[in-house]
Amino acid sequence: MNFLPYILIALIKIAVMIGVLLTAVAYIVWLERKVVGRIQNRWGPTRVGPFGLLQPAADGIKFIIKEDLTPPHVYKPLFIAAPLIAVVFALSSIALIPFGNNFTLFGYDIPMQITGAGGGDINTGLLIILGLTSMGVYGIALAGWSSNNKYSMLGSLRAGAQMISYEIALGLSLIGVLILAGTFSLRGIVESQGGHFPGYIPHWNIFRGQIVAFFIYLTAAYAETNRIPFDLPEAETELVAGYHTEYSAMKFAMFFMAEYANMVTVACLATLLFLGGWNGPLFGPPLVQALLPLLWFFLKVFAFIFLYIWVRGTMPRFRYDQLMAFGWKFLLPLAIANLIITAFFVAYRA
Amino acid sequence: MVHLILFLVFGAVCVAGAINLILQTHPIQSALSLIVVMASLAAEYLLLGAEFVAAVQVIVYAGAIMVLFVFVIMLLNAGTEEVTHGSKIAEFIGLPSLLLLGVLMVWAVTHHSTTSVAAGSLYGDPKTIGRLLFNQYLLPFEVTSILILIAIMGAVVLAGRPEMSNIQADTPRKDA
Amino acid sequence: MVPLSYYLVLSAFLFACGVAGFLLKRNIITIFMSIELMLNGVNLSFVAFAAQWGNLSGQIFVFFVMVVAAAEAAVGLAIIIAVYRTRDTLNVDRVNLLKL
Repeated sequence: MNFLPYILIALIKIAVMIGVLLTAVAYIVWLERKVVGRIQNRWGPTRVGPFGLLQPAADGIKFIIKEDLTPPHVYKPLFIAAPLIAVVFALSSIALIPFGNNFTLFGYDIPMQITGAGGGDINTGLLIILGLTSMGVYGIALAGWSSNNKYSMLGSLRAGAQMISYEIALGLSLIGVLILAGTFSLRGIVESQGGHFPGYIPHWNIFRGQIVAFFIYLTAAYAETNRIPFDLPEAETELVAGYHTEYSAMKFAMFFMAEYANMVTVACLATLLFLGGWNGPLFGPPLVQALLPLLWFFLKVFAFIFLYIWVRGTMPRFRYDQLMAFGWKFLLPLAIANLIITAFFVAYRA
Repeated sequence: MVHLILFLVFGAVCVAGAINLILQTHPIQSALSLIVVMASLAAEYLLLGAEFVAAVQVIVYAGAIMVLFVFVIMLLNAGTEEVTHGSKIAEFIGLPSLLLLGVLMVWAVTHHSTTSVAAGSLYGDPKTIGRLLFNQYLLPFEVTSILILIAIMGAVVLAGRPEMSNIQADTPRKDA
Repeated sequence: MVPLSYYLVLSAFLFACGVAGFLLKRNIITIFMSIELMLNGVNLSFVAFAAQWGNLSGQIFVFFVMVVAAAEAAVGLAIIIAVYRTRDTLNVDRVNLLKL
């Protein structure tokens, strides 16, 4: 077996993916500023380029040429390592996400996914993504500890408690989908959602009784990515800036990138697990048919990102005890009930 | 050959992490080295074909239990540990006997086993593990769930606020 | 092909490091982490033996060890918090109210 083409393909895919992801992150920030601006009856960025479209580039240059401050009382090795940990785990989990069916180019069968050379998929893909996101907590926790600052410390304590609590509800809400699909492979889960019910309702998991699980996932995902209404770790009105109070320039940009990359991952995962992935109506000539699944996938992900921004512009922040009570006393029992009902349903049908 | 190289790399990381855990004086650095040990152990499990065990190792051990440790270290604001008298006995008697035990174990293991394992010779995928867990090992599995329940209640009772245990309905709580 | 004994030596080393940490360290949290290290060493030998005998039961027992470790971490850390609240220290040698 000739390995060279496969390594070459993998490298090209990684380069393309990193480029797309980082551009997406930059423009999600632009979109967020625009949309939140319109929600609050102002314009958002308009000065740099048409519609402020060059604002992400200006922000990037600003982050790079700013002075990289290291406050005197921090514990330096971990202070530097923390943003790296956050951004590495946030970016690497995207490698496991499949974006569409395989396509054939020059006789090679190429999957639309970084992992899984030669047409296969990792059959514990979902578990590995969960593992990577659960390791991402350390970036935030260590940032708060190494900053030697009470606001940072409080922010990262909150982040730790919040992420452990909501990870349980998140994991339990996914198990219903796993029971229906019967596999951990993300590709397998999407393939189990192909086709439609009589009456042209698509055969997506959200229409197969997992709508409660979907809303649990959505809520827990907002808490996992530290977004409003669960952005307690960086609550500006209480904690200055939470865990990244002491960070500036590129180190701060890394936390920023990690947060938005996590948003993209969570949106992709929701699309794959609940909204049928790249499944959608196919029509037109062969080239359009080949590109349509990608379009459906990105449209669904975009809808999620937009929902994120919309919620940010609309909702107030929860109080900390409300957050904990909501996670443990409402979401967790609901997720368990959903799991039991799904299990009974599948057992009855079998 | 690739298997052996990967084993040695991750084994070296493991060993370095374990030694660092003992040498460091601040608990948060010990916790970080333990996380490194656990992550590289997950890689060793993958080499042995136990992919579900590896995934659970990362999610449960490195992602949940160790976060709890780091959380408690930060919550109690633990500083560097002070060396007190009690540790002297351990150093003078415990360490030599431990060394002896280690040498004995290595000798016994290397001289009485000649078998070797290939990478992924036994494939522990989630489906097979699940079938085994819910058929042959159903009773132990259910018993562990009761163990977890007891542990949850114990943790809540032990770590809960002292004033919450005795009933004072009429006096409002200070921090409410 | 890796000799089984390599895995066992690594596992024994991790266990020994755990014991050494348990004996030498004075901070109650680090002592607790040493116990986790010992459990990890044992887990590795479980998985290695499972691969040797071609029997998945070895991997199943890793899950039981993990469950016990999780329960132990929850209760143990709660005890640590309770001790810290009453004694205001994490040093095990200073928790000596019953000593003369």
